[in-house]
Amino acid sequence: MLIKPEDRVVVQGITGREATAMVEDSLAYGSRVVSGVTPGKGGETVRGVPVFDTVAEAVAASGATVSVIAVPAPAVLDAALESIANGIRLCLIMTERVPRLDTARLLAAARSRNCRVIGPNTLGLIRPGVAKLGTIGGRADNVRRSFMPGRVAILSRSGGMTTEIASFLTGHGVGQSIAIGVGGDPIVGSNFRDLIELVEQDPSTDAVVLYGEPGGTAEEELAGFLMAHPSRLRINAFLSGRFVDDMPGTRFGHAAVIVEGSRGSVRGKRQALQEAGVFVADRFDDILEGLSK
Amino acid sequence: MRLLEHQAKRLLTEFGLVFSDAVVATTASEAAAAAEKIGGPVVVKAQVPFGGRGKAGAVRFAQDPSEAGAHASALLGRELRGELVVSVTVEPKISFKREFYVGVAWDTASKLPIALLSDAGGIDIESVGRIVRRNFDPWRGLDAFAGREMASALEVRGKIMVQLGEMLGRLSSAFLKMDALTVEINPLVETMDGILLGLDSHLELDDDALVRHQPMLGRIGEKRSGNAVGRAPTALEIEAQRIDAMDHRGVAGRVVEFDGDLGLLIGGGGASLTVFDAIRRHQGRPANYCEVGGNPTEEKVAALTSLILAKPGVRHLAVIMNVVNNTRADVMAKGVITGIKRVGRKPAEVLRVFRIPGSWEGEARDLLSVEGVVALGRDVSLDEAARLAVERSRRNAD
Repeated sequence: MLIKPEDRVVVQGITGREATAMVEDSLAYGSRVVSGVTPGKGGETVRGVPVFDTVAEAVAASGATVSVIAVPAPAVLDAALESIANGIRLCLIMTERVPRLDTARLLAAARSRNCRVIGPNTLGLIRPGVAKLGTIGGRADNVRRSFMPGRVAILSRSGGMTTEIASFLTGHGVGQSIAIGVGGDPIVGSNFRDLIELVEQDPSTDAVVLYGEPGGTAEEELAGFLMAHPSRLRINAFLSGRFVDDMPGTRFGHAAVIVEGSRGSVRGKRQALQEAGVFVADRFDDILEGLSK
Repeated sequence: MRLLEHQAKRLLTEFGLVFSDAVVATTASEAAAAAEKIGGPVVVKAQVPFGGRGKAGAVRFAQDPSEAGAHASALLGRELRGELVVSVTVEPKISFKREFYVGVAWDTASKLPIALLSDAGGIDIESVGRIVRRNFDPWRGLDAFAGREMASALEVRGKIMVQLGEMLGRLSSAFLKMDALTVEINPLVETMDGILLGLDSHLELDDDALVRHQPMLGRIGEKRSGNAVGRAPTALEIEAQRIDAMDHRGVAGRVVEFDGDLGLLIGGGGASLTVFDAIRRHQGRPANYCEVGGNPTEEKVAALTSLILAKPGVRHLAVIMNVVNNTRADVMAKGVITGIKRVGRKPAEVLRVFRIPGSWEGEARDLLSVEGVVALGRDVSLDEAARLAVERSRRNAD
């Protein structure tokens, strides 16, 4: 699912401080980070990984098919287009604060070239015991403590909560087949509804734990999809930010109301998911409900 | 960032969109003079960045200059929904045959921009009017024919159909070029002379793209770098923003003030929401919501800790984060200890809960242990940590 043990990874923006730490942690966990790209720094190495000036060179030299983008926000659109133009099939964008227009533009390009995008604004994804992409879990020793192989998929709008949920499940003897931080932005490459189809088809997964938040329509879209396509999976959801429903917020204009309707509130998300057969945990600790060891 | 109506109109005019002539006034006499010059009935509108201004009493009609001056004087300096009115606009009251709504927004389901047209302008269009929607390509914009098809779907004919199509194209192009999140003209009216004229407009820009629009913001005299909640920020919230801006590393300052006695330093983004919900469910009384994340420096954490504790009535502090990925638990611990001491208090006396499992948690545990605080580990869930924070605050209430 998404990443196989043999997949080779190129990191765009590899010479940055956080990217360097991410490469070190990923290698220590067993991910095959085979090349990096920073324009103008071709010929250097980062933690033993060769750096190239362009993705084209990196792909030619290393056979990478997966990219992790860790460049500053203003450079993300171009970096993603470069990945897409060079045949990358999975592009994970860690950078936060990417302008929404840039995200929409790179996603339009990705669709036309069949490239799957995860993020922006994600800490990454992990298949426990196989590989991880991004900073998810942090240092390799912490990753091993938090994540363990098993049959539950975690799909989360928060990177931090991805690790928290995994650590909680692991502490109760429940392992994970995959954990994906889908990204915290209103528009991301792969949201719950896009990913549930992959998980549905994965024979190594029996159940899903979802983490949702106020705003956006990702939870409602998933609920709508599940109503039309009932799932074989046990799906548990935890929604945070209930207090946000009670805070004064003022709508600005009508466009948001026309496009999103009453979607966006935690109360509404909860109801939509429940109607679609999803178990919604009241307390965080209830996410274990119905998951077998 | 939500712009004021007159700023929005000014920017949209650059894209060939046409509005009624409005004069910006900051005093009652300026408003009266503007009405005098216009002659005839006018509309006086408070310039505040929120929708539903009519219902909030921010839009008033005047028959003559003295009435316009009186309205301006009543509005200026007043707070409407927490926003101080520093300017009003004065414009002629326009008679019209019919009204429309045009807008462009982001459609998160299709991940594309969406153009919207309705044949009912005004305040309740989403329940009254017929609405035509059309997604368009974020690179190419809305094709001219697509705009005409939208108008034609509402059975608008003749010159107005052509004008509406053009207007939708211009609005879509403005939306893309300005990095807008929402732009709308509402109402857009067909005047008695048969031309389309915008009477009001909303424009919200993407905060994450403001950096590439500095010249544009300069033209409308805008110096803000973005805004958040539906009320003016408190002094504590502003100070937290300043602390966050000290250093680009990590987030340590998205703070919203509440009036309880339990100070919170919680993170990251998702866990802070989870913990805040849990504190409320366990009947805790939070002094603030706060989000810490990424890799903040010790000084940033210390400054935020002191800020939260310095607030009158804050007697307890809970520091709770998810199992951290790239945040260093030891740096958080050092910052929290320094911040507590800086306001003349002792960690063991105010720090009810410290729960940051993950990278460098062992080092964090040792630092706290020296101060007489027992750090909680990952075996204590976020919910349980919140419950303990509330229980221990209550026990130490006196």
